[in-house]
Amino acid sequence: MFKRRLILLAVLLAACTAGYLMLGAQGNWGFVLPFRGNKLAALIIVAVAISTATVLFQTITHNRILTPSIMGFDALYVLILTVQIYVLGAQEYVHLSQAGQFVANIGLMLVASLALFGTLLSRARGDLMRMVLTGIILAVLLRAVTSFLQRVIDPNEYAVVQGASFARFTRIDVELLAVAALLTCCALLVTWRLRHRLDVLALGDTAAINLGEAPKHNMFVILVLISVLVSVSTALVGPMGFLGLLVVSLAHLITPTASHATLLLSSALISALTLVGGQFILERVLGMSTPLIVVIDVVGGIVFLILLLRRKYR
Amino acid sequence: MIVISDVDYFIGPVKILDGVNLELPKGGISALIGPNGAGKSTLLSLIARLMPLQAGTITVDDLTVGACPNNTLARRLAILPQASDAAPLLTVRELVGFGRYPYHKGRPTPDDHAKVEDALEAFGLVPFADRRLDTLSGGQRQRAQVAMTYAQDTGYILLDEPLNNLDIAASRSLMRVLRELAAAHDRTIVIVLHDINYAAAYADLIVAMKGGKIVAKGTPDEIVTEDILKEVFDTDPKVHRIDGKVMIEV
Repeated sequence: MFKRRLILLAVLLAACTAGYLMLGAQGNWGFVLPFRGNKLAALIIVAVAISTATVLFQTITHNRILTPSIMGFDALYVLILTVQIYVLGAQEYVHLSQAGQFVANIGLMLVASLALFGTLLSRARGDLMRMVLTGIILAVLLRAVTSFLQRVIDPNEYAVVQGASFARFTRIDVELLAVAALLTCCALLVTWRLRHRLDVLALGDTAAINLGEAPKHNMFVILVLISVLVSVSTALVGPMGFLGLLVVSLAHLITPTASHATLLLSSALISALTLVGGQFILERVLGMSTPLIVVIDVVGGIVFLILLLRRKYR
Repeated sequence: MIVISDVDYFIGPVKILDGVNLELPKGGISALIGPNGAGKSTLLSLIARLMPLQAGTITVDDLTVGACPNNTLARRLAILPQASDAAPLLTVRELVGFGRYPYHKGRPTPDDHAKVEDALEAFGLVPFADRRLDTLSGGQRQRAQVAMTYAQDTGYILLDEPLNNLDIAASRSLMRVLRELAAAHDRTIVIVLHDINYAAAYADLIVAMKGGKIVAKGTPDEIVTEDILKEVFDTDPKVHRIDGKVMIEV
């Protein structure tokens, strides 16, 4: 379904990718291409991780306005990071290898998010408004605790935390990139294998049980996938705010279907297109230094309001 | 045969089901009736493993609900989902196609496709097959759901108040379809009904529940009497027998 639209999106993405890599490059190609290539890889990993996590989350919660970011998944990641630095001290923390930090963070993130969101979702899943409220308050609470901890720690340590708490594409760690790519690929592979099951889960709990799928068990599997994907993208570039909401809403507009095979592909393509295309236009064409995330958050925030006002939850 | 033994169910401190023991025979239509809050829907949900059992056991033929794999039960027993708006984007054919999911897990074989077409044909849904669910009327959507359950090819079909929000034409047509399924296709239908006239007209067996207990069980002739109705519903409608059919005054 919608094969032509998917192909069109892929072609557009390829064009943006080429433009991003080539345009305005001066000097040694051997230096420029790997340098820009790393950044490009990070953009694409983050884009696909965020869009997939958002689709998964919206499927298990049966709604179209909540996303992992709005519910505070990435705020939880930053909090975990801050707590570690608070407890260990920045010196100790920085001594851990990048990959070590990363794996430790993801492990803690898995435990914390399953405990927190697993409980929340099993209790409030049927009640969308309660979930919106709890999620938003939870996200605010997590951010408040984080900023409280950041205030009490030493300014030098604060600098370490700060580096991890804002979305940025300027400094991408190559070692981290490899681990991130590996983890994202694993999570995406599992998600792709679950695509038919996701179609069934989207029918609602009764229908899913009737067709032999256990919603609760699947919800935990999917929460694990979401935690991994959100951790990866947050570790790589920081919290991405409304990106997930924006691209998945667009995917529902461009490919209106209940098939997760199509939806996962189209939202991933749109997400990559938004980040790569957006970065390409901002950096190369307009020559601006405005962080892309600011633009995405403004547009995404407006989409969030429109969705809430139009009451198109499902 | 569905055998329910010593089933209790609590929601908080409130006892919804109180030591229910019931055997529902294979074949035919069994109707559960009773006042609001009698525990009919809860009992149906427990049989369909929509909620976990707290006490007691339920078996469907040789399968024990809760102990046998979900997918095995999905090929034996289906519950008609409430006419939900969860999947407005699906076409009728896609929805009916989901009925085959317990067999193919997302990779339909030609046989599965044939069974779906068969179900569309049997329920007169061929003209709507490629329409989206949100463009259909309530009755048509209900039919599509039943067609999905039919495609699921289970011996047992459970329905929870399927006549809610249906007009008289759609209600009668649905009940006739169920009759047909039971008679010609050897399916066992268990249905929660509010309208006793429908139960009397279409069911082979009526089970009356009150306060979480089974009060009476028997053929429509035995159950739909002024005495039993008064005991179960605390109201006294007149029961008429016209041409051998039972009918209650409303």
